[in-house]
Amino acid sequence: MRAAMKLQKDLHLDRRSFLRVSSVAAGGLLVALYFDLPATLSQGNQPPKIYPPDAFVHIRPDGKIMITVNRLEFGQGVHTALPMVLADEMDADWSQVIAELAPAAEVYKDPVFGIQMVGGSGSIAHSFQQYRELGAKVRAMLIAAAADRWRVTPEQCRTEASIVHGPNNQAAKYADLANDAARKPVPEKVTLKNPSEFRIIGKAVPRLDSRSKCDGSQKFGLDLDLPGMKIAVVAHPPVFGGKVKSVNDTEARKVEGVRDVFEIPLVKGSGVAVVADKFWPAKQARDLLKIDWDLSGIEHPDSAQLWTKYHELARTRGNVAVTRGDEKLIDQIAAPNRIVAEFEFPYLAHAPMEPLNTTVRFDGDAAEAWVPSQFQTMDQMAIGEVLGLKPEQVTFHTEFAGGGFGRRATIDAHVPREAALIAKRLRGTPVKLIWTREDDVRGGYYRPMHAHRVEVGIGPDGMPAAWRHVVVGQSLVAGTPFEGMLIKNGVDETAVEGTSDTSYVIPNFHVSAHHPVVNVPVLWWRSVGHTHNAFVMETLIDELATRAKMGAIAYRRKLLKPEAKKLRAVLDLLDEKSAIYWRNRLPPQGHAIGMACHESFETAVACEVEVSIENKRPRIHHATVAVHCGMAVNPLTIESQFQGGLGFGLTQLVGQGAITLKDGRVEQRNFDGYTPPYIADVPVNVDVYIVPSTEAPTGCGEPPVPVIAPAVVNALAKLTGKRYRSLPLVSI
Amino acid sequence: MATYQLTVNGQRKQVNVDPSTPLLWVLREDLKMTGTKYGCGISACGACTVHLNGVATRSCVVPVSLVGDRPIVTIEGVGNDPVGRVVQNAWVAKDVVQCGYCQSGQIMSAVALLRATPKPTDENIEESMGGNLCRCATYVRIREAIKNASQKLK
Repeated sequence: MRAAMKLQKDLHLDRRSFLRVSSVAAGGLLVALYFDLPATLSQGNQPPKIYPPDAFVHIRPDGKIMITVNRLEFGQGVHTALPMVLADEMDADWSQVIAELAPAAEVYKDPVFGIQMVGGSGSIAHSFQQYRELGAKVRAMLIAAAADRWRVTPEQCRTEASIVHGPNNQAAKYADLANDAARKPVPEKVTLKNPSEFRIIGKAVPRLDSRSKCDGSQKFGLDLDLPGMKIAVVAHPPVFGGKVKSVNDTEARKVEGVRDVFEIPLVKGSGVAVVADKFWPAKQARDLLKIDWDLSGIEHPDSAQLWTKYHELARTRGNVAVTRGDEKLIDQIAAPNRIVAEFEFPYLAHAPMEPLNTTVRFDGDAAEAWVPSQFQTMDQMAIGEVLGLKPEQVTFHTEFAGGGFGRRATIDAHVPREAALIAKRLRGTPVKLIWTREDDVRGGYYRPMHAHRVEVGIGPDGMPAAWRHVVVGQSLVAGTPFEGMLIKNGVDETAVEGTSDTSYVIPNFHVSAHHPVVNVPVLWWRSVGHTHNAFVMETLIDELATRAKMGAIAYRRKLLKPEAKKLRAVLDLLDEKSAIYWRNRLPPQGHAIGMACHESFETAVACEVEVSIENKRPRIHHATVAVHCGMAVNPLTIESQFQGGLGFGLTQLVGQGAITLKDGRVEQRNFDGYTPPYIADVPVNVDVYIVPSTEAPTGCGEPPVPVIAPAVVNALAKLTGKRYRSLPLVSI
Repeated sequence: MATYQLTVNGQRKQVNVDPSTPLLWVLREDLKMTGTKYGCGISACGACTVHLNGVATRSCVVPVSLVGDRPIVTIEGVGNDPVGRVVQNAWVAKDVVQCGYCQSGQIMSAVALLRATPKPTDENIEESMGGNLCRCATYVRIREAIKNASQKLK
């Protein structure tokens, strides 16, 4: 994702943006930000065109201020944080601010990535400046309107809590100024606040969507109900890419409420769609289908065989990701000073709580779609493509999503495609496609399995003198439009991120990668390559520190390059907070402390855990986390993201946290076989500390994930003397 | 198809559905009460938790034909109950939710816990909440909110 960011940043520099304003019929101010040069992955640069008027801010006559959020809300809190940013610069009364999710439109594309999306922990990092400027411009226009009214200069006015105050005790509410303000020119340049002037940014602000998510009123994509809507489910082939040879649907069609059964093409292979009035008859009918599958001519992947192949590959040099110093030096280091470590990371399903879904209605010359989507641009294009429409002919509503973690950011938009194919046949009827949990667990698009083989040569000072590292795993982007940006020299950056760009100073350092092609769809999983790379790096560094008889933090400090300022800052903060936590006491008998640190998405994290062993599994009593994410826009959300993100990171540690295949078939089917962490699996307490900073804010969605698993096994190593290199942790 | 009389959040409702239809889908699709969520369909995640005669129950595995005259309380109605209201308020006060999809079920389980055990230990919490999955892993704050609600209930 980092390469994509770089590339799109270049595009962004060439792109001028400006504001246009229109008065709305209902009264109020509508401010829209237009780009005159859209830069999308597939379209490249196009001539300027006129976009439909879309809004970021709407001041309502009743004083409510509606702020439109250009991204999906799926837990990360952007539906509160971006309005905070805009409202602060606008000097809006926060108690009157409400927020909505933007539909798919040019104007809502990520200013850096150039597509409308959530990913790469970029929501705040990329839109902070954008939303600040929008807020400041709206404020300037409101002041201009007030100054006109009072025949004073704008400089004589000030604003606070949705009111403009004039020099002679005049006061006007934003809502009363909105219509006049809408006729003012949009200022090209505005002065942004000094951080010391922030009233909302930096405060622990409760989420705007909290109450609605506690009383059942919040609607998610799956909750959509439209007049005449039908429900669809699809029978997918038991092996990826399988095709329907024949289908007997006699029994299925007898289920009351079933409307149609038909074969549909899938991204690979084909499946059978069942459409019914409601979910239950649709599912019952699907269970009654008798499908003869054609599974010939496709690879039947098998985890055991894949491991053998992966470990063999890991013993050979792959495409070079990075090389410094002497690649062969490792061979000259005596065996007692060498560590050879082989790691295994299985496929992982994202398994967001809300099962995947998409609703589409096709009207012939237009369509409407409702999607809890991380990739609005891709999903809208795919639906249009299936229906023979241009993307803009598909009115695309972004629905609240029950989690996602990357799973709703598919390049091939396979779920929206299925929904569009079914809707195409039922012209005029809205169809909600539901992937059952079984479809999700067995449906692929997993975090790819990886093998790592690392040879470390230890120098006389106990520090790593040579490091030769081979990573084996499927590429996430080979054969997709992202390939050009993310694959360099045959290496998918997302497979080696966190290793190849390590901040540890290792003089003779060589990392290479193999990307075998396997018939299992794979996808970015929250924090992407950092999940496995941080585990490898941080467990090996811990092992080296132990061998050097140095403290875990002291060893890392010594090994970090001087310019790794964020990592150094979090190590310092963790050191300080840990000392306070453990003042005058020691971990109880049978408990051990482990730590890890890692930087990803420009955010540095250090984490310490207190662990014991209960019922042959790690029991995590406490975690302390230090974070450097630049300016903390909403410390409350950041705390939540880190508490939760640690828990998510434990997915790769818990006993049944693996997707495995046998003869092409996924062996798990639901949460009974693929079991993510429950309450007893995560730390009882997590204390989160943020390094104070006025630097540009960086991501907080993904960076919490990588550190916990290595920290826990580093603690376990102290209790058992064993190093854990195969995940999940089946036996301790 | 068969007709069933259900008491949901104190109101009488009539539905005409296949007897095997899980209560979850009757609530969501026939009664249009979508606060109760579908997560797994096999009682492994707790997103569909409702109170059936006061007992926290996974509605995804209870066929409507087996509900009988037992009163049903869902997330939409639990706020009418004093404990339910305190728990919902504690959830808001502690800013528990992230994506929020599992939280209806979490709250229904927590209300049942606090009714039976007003002063729960960490162990009690893990037992009662142990089957409610949250992929955002808001568990730390869930635990805090339960303790907060417990204090409020005195």
